[in-house]
Amino acid sequence: MAGEKKSILTKGLFKENPVFILMLGLCPTLGVSTQVINGLGMGVAVIFVLLFSNIFVSLLKNVIPNSVRIPSYIVIIAAFVTIVEMVMHAFAPAIYKSLGIFLPLIVVNCIILGRAEAFANKNTVMDSILDAIGMGVGFTLAVTLIALIREVFGAGTITLMPIGGFDGVIEIPLLYTYPVRIFSLAAGALLLMGYLKALFEWNTNRKGR
Amino acid sequence: MAYIAIFITYIFINNFILTQFLGLCPFIGVSKNSESAIGMGMAVTFVMGIASIITWLVYTLLLVPLQLEYLQTLSFILVIASLVQFVEMVIQKNSPALYQALGIFLPLITTNCAVLGIAVMNITEGYNLMESFAAGIAAGIGFTLVLVLMSNIRERMDLHPVRKSFKGVPIAFISGGLMALAFMAFDKSLLTNLLG
Repeated sequence: MAGEKKSILTKGLFKENPVFILMLGLCPTLGVSTQVINGLGMGVAVIFVLLFSNIFVSLLKNVIPNSVRIPSYIVIIAAFVTIVEMVMHAFAPAIYKSLGIFLPLIVVNCIILGRAEAFANKNTVMDSILDAIGMGVGFTLAVTLIALIREVFGAGTITLMPIGGFDGVIEIPLLYTYPVRIFSLAAGALLLMGYLKALFEWNTNRKGR
Repeated sequence: MAYIAIFITYIFINNFILTQFLGLCPFIGVSKNSESAIGMGMAVTFVMGIASIITWLVYTLLLVPLQLEYLQTLSFILVIASLVQFVEMVIQKNSPALYQALGIFLPLITTNCAVLGIAVMNITEGYNLMESFAAGIAAGIGFTLVLVLMSNIRERMDLHPVRKSFKGVPIAFISGGLMALAFMAFDKSLLTNLLG
């Protein structure tokens, strides 16, 4: 039993990673991955929405009639997205601004609706919480990985939260002076995603053999 | 003149798929053959045009007077979801031929981020009703253009040997990236050169 719970939690990280394996939530992944902090901010927002939408969908699974379940899920998700938007606007205005349009677009992020439909509406609340955390962290890892690669090569910096005297930006000596600009452009994001996906495919094929 | 600028901006300069990363799921999922790409593109353009008008009206006539702007996301997604359902029913009843062509794509559009994207963008850009409609149609045309180009590339690619790890999605992303490089030729200076 414990092993089963653990596998619900960890499958989202690598084996069923929402971005690289299930190919869900691609738009925000590429859209916000210009700076590491944006990737992390987006990840936290998605974890929050996914967690609460999974809890509520799982709680209400016997109440919601089958024929109107998708609109009901969308309303639940949109409510939590609105909460995230307002909280971020108030407490992290810089991230709110740089996430821009991708914050309201969490509503149509297929990871969240996908988990509600594929997991939360037929499992217990506890399992749904574990699933949400696993999938959310998997998404965050993927966005942050892409953001890290793009920012390090494209701008030669790593942007994190400013804490105290530290302004939040780490400069990488050589790359800061001679950045590989294509990584920070839209084209670079698509190319990088293609190569990373190929790497994952190669890894899966190699294991299968 | 403003409308020409909106059209050029949303079709080429700020193309939804290649520069804004909106609507990537259908870009990867529905671009396997050119017929379904055209169908999907037309359905999206149609819904984006109507959705732009209705969400603009909802925002300006309902949410702003009642000071409920924070309900923007919630109301827009409900409007889009019911609109898609409604459009599907109308087309099914009045034009079976069009329904044959677009029908299977319509349910997918509710969760297409390009539609909600243009609705939110119209508000943040401060467009008026007609400009919103033009932006919706233009963004839809830009989406269709890239989707059709991509589907043609993928149809050709099927005939060529591609390494196993790169087959399917990875090579589609890489082709998309190269296409985005080509689209970088369209930038703000194009607009100033054309319209002064």
